[in-house]
Amino acid sequence: MFGLSLPHRQLALGSQRCSDMGSVPHRERSRDRHKSHSKDGSRSEKSVTINAPPAEPLLGDAAARGEEVQDDNWGETTTAVTGTSEHSLSQEDIVRITKDLEDSVGLDCRRYFTLTLSVVLGLLVFLTPLAFLALPHLLWPEKLQACGTACEGLFISVAFKLLILLFAVWALFFRAPRAGLPRVFVFRALLAVLVLLFVISYWLFYGVRILDSQDENYQGIVQYAVSLVDALLFIHYLAIVLLELRQLQPAFSVCVTRATDGETRHYNLGQLSIQRAALAIIENYYRDFPVHNPALLTASKSRAAKHLAGLKVYNVDGEFPMTPSTGPGNNAATGLAQSQSRAMIAAAARRRDTSHNELYYEEAEHERRVRKRKARLVVAVEEAFTHIKRTQEEELKKAPGDVMDPREAAQAIFPSMARALQKYLRTTRQQHCHSMESIQQHLAFCITNNMTPKAFLESYLNPGPTLQYGRERWLGRQWTLISEASVTSGLKEGALFLLKCIDFSLVVTAKRIPYIQLSEEFIDPKSHKFVLRLQSETSV
Amino acid sequence: MSFIPGQPVTAVVQRIEIRKLRQGEHLILGFSIGGGIDQDPGQNPFSEDKSDKGIYVTRVTPGGPAEVAGLMMGDKVMQVNGWDMTMVTHDQARKRLTKKNEDVVRLLVTRKSLEQAVRHSMM
Repeated sequence: MFGLSLPHRQLALGSQRCSDMGSVPHRERSRDRHKSHSKDGSRSEKSVTINAPPAEPLLGDAAARGEEVQDDNWGETTTAVTGTSEHSLSQEDIVRITKDLEDSVGLDCRRYFTLTLSVVLGLLVFLTPLAFLALPHLLWPEKLQACGTACEGLFISVAFKLLILLFAVWALFFRAPRAGLPRVFVFRALLAVLVLLFVISYWLFYGVRILDSQDENYQGIVQYAVSLVDALLFIHYLAIVLLELRQLQPAFSVCVTRATDGETRHYNLGQLSIQRAALAIIENYYRDFPVHNPALLTASKSRAAKHLAGLKVYNVDGEFPMTPSTGPGNNAATGLAQSQSRAMIAAAARRRDTSHNELYYEEAEHERRVRKRKARLVVAVEEAFTHIKRTQEEELKKAPGDVMDPREAAQAIFPSMARALQKYLRTTRQQHCHSMESIQQHLAFCITNNMTPKAFLESYLNPGPTLQYGRERWLGRQWTLISEASVTSGLKEGALFLLKCIDFSLVVTAKRIPYIQLSEEFIDPKSHKFVLRLQSETSV
Repeated sequence: MSFIPGQPVTAVVQRIEIRKLRQGEHLILGFSIGGGIDQDPGQNPFSEDKSDKGIYVTRVTPGGPAEVAGLMMGDKVMQVNGWDMTMVTHDQARKRLTKKNEDVVRLLVTRKSLEQAVRHSMM
C-alpha cells in the first residue's frame, strides 16, 4: 500500500469542505495552520496513509497509523506518506537493499560450497581407479604377478573409458550455471550421494580384500578397476536420463498470466520440480511476453479511483470510537466499518455512471491520434531513408568526399525523423523504453544491414519482448518464487505458484496434458466413389 | 405427402384427363416433369418433404392441353392411366406419359391445396 499513493501533494480541499457538516469549522482552520504536513492527493476514502516529512524516514510509520479518528475532519487531520518523496527512504527501498545484500552473500556462499564439493567428488572419482591400479605396485611389488597381455589390454580399456568419462562429465556438468535456484537441486544431490556411496563401497572392498590380504593376482585387481569405471559410466548414463531426458517429454501445460495487464501464454513442460519449471517459465517470459509498460496501466487506476470518489459516509448516530478499528475486542467498530463499506458499494452501484461513455470516446480518440502519428512517422522515416545510399567501391574512388560510416550516416538522417518518432512514442507511452542513443544505434544497425524503413520501425510500432530492450530492464536478479507447495516437489495437476518481480507478478497454473487415445481407421483407396446428383426435367 | 415405408399412401387426389395434342409427328401434353427415384429429391422446389422422390409437375405450358385440363405447377403425379408414379424412375415416368398409342392420359394428381380444401369443408 505504501508506495502506491500519488506523488502530488496538494489536496483539493473544496470537495471536503463543502461536504463538511460544519461541526467544528474553527477547530479545523486552526489545525490547518499548525499542521505542517501536506495532505493526501488521492480522493479515496479508504487510504489511511502516513506522510513523513523529508528528514524523517520511517519513524512516523507505525505511530501515526493508529490515529484513525472517525470524525468529519479526518481529511484535514490525517497525514500521508508517499513512496516517492525525494529525500526519504521508502519501505520498498529498504527491503530491496537488504534483500540484495543477503542475496549476494548467500548465493555466492552456496555456489562456492557446491563448487568445491563437486570438484572434490570429481577428483575422488577419477583418481580412484588409478589408485587401485597403482597401489599394489607401490605396496607389495615383489609378490605381484607379472601383467600379461590381457592385463595390459585392460590398461588401455581403463584409460579410454576414463577419458570418455572425463568428456562426458565435462559435457553434462561443467556448464556455466544459468540460474541460482532457491533450494538444492534434488536429482543432482541424489546422484552425488549415490556416487559417493558407490566409491566408498568399492574402497571398502578394496581395502579389506586386497590391501589387507595383499592379493598377488594383478589381473584380478585390474579387472576390478575396470568394473569400477564401467559402473561409473553407467551412473553417468543414469545422470543423463534423470537430469536431461526425463523432462523432455511434455506432461503439463502451464498457463502463465501477467498480473498487471493480463498477458497470457501457454507452455508445455515435462515433469519438473516447481523451481525448475519456474526457471523454464522465466526464460520463456523474456522471449515471449511484450515488455512491461507501467505507463499503460494508469488509465484504469484513475478510473478505479474515480468510481469511489465523491462518496462520503456520515455516521448520523454520532459515534466517535477513538480506538483503532483493528484493536482486539472492538467488534462494534469493525461492524460499523463493514456496514459503511456496504453502504458505499450500494450507493456507488445505484449512481448513474457515465464512465463507460468516457472510456469509449477516449479510446476511439486515442486510436485516431495514434494512427495519425504513425502515418506521419512512417512518411518521415521513408523520406529520411531516401537521403542515404550505400556506395560501391568504385564510386568511393570517384567521390572521396563526404563518405560516412554507418554511425555518422545515422546521425545525419536522425534529426529529420526525430520529431515524428518522439511524438509517436509519447502518444503510445513508450518514450521511457527508448533513449536517443539506443534509437541512433538501431538506426545505424538498420542502415548497415540494408534494412527498409519498415524494418527499422518495427521495433517501435509493436512492443517487443523484454530481451529487445536494454539490459537494465531485464531485472534478472529480482525474481521471487512464491508457492504453497515445496519448491522441490514436482508439478502436479492444479499446481499454482507466483513469480514475483518488483513491478509485477506472473501467476502460473499447471494442468496435466490429457492421455490421448489414438485409434486408427483404414480407408481403402478404391473406396472413393462418387455419383452425380441428378435433377432432370423432361417435357412431355 | 410423405410416406411411411410399408404403409399405404393416402392422399387427396384430383382426376385430370388430358387430351394429347398432335404437333407434327409428336403427341405432346404440354407440361414438364421432374423427380424420380433415381433423382436427387433435395432439389425439388415443390415438395414439402425433401426426401420425396415422386414425380412433380415443374412447368405447364400456357395454353397447352395440360393447362386446359387443370394441371397446375407443383402437382405431384400419383397415377397415370392406372400405373403408379410414386416409385418410378424419371425415365419410366416419361415413358408412361408418352405412349404413342394413347391419345388420352388420365392422371391422379395431388397438391397441398386439395388437402386444405377438404379439411375446410369438413370443419
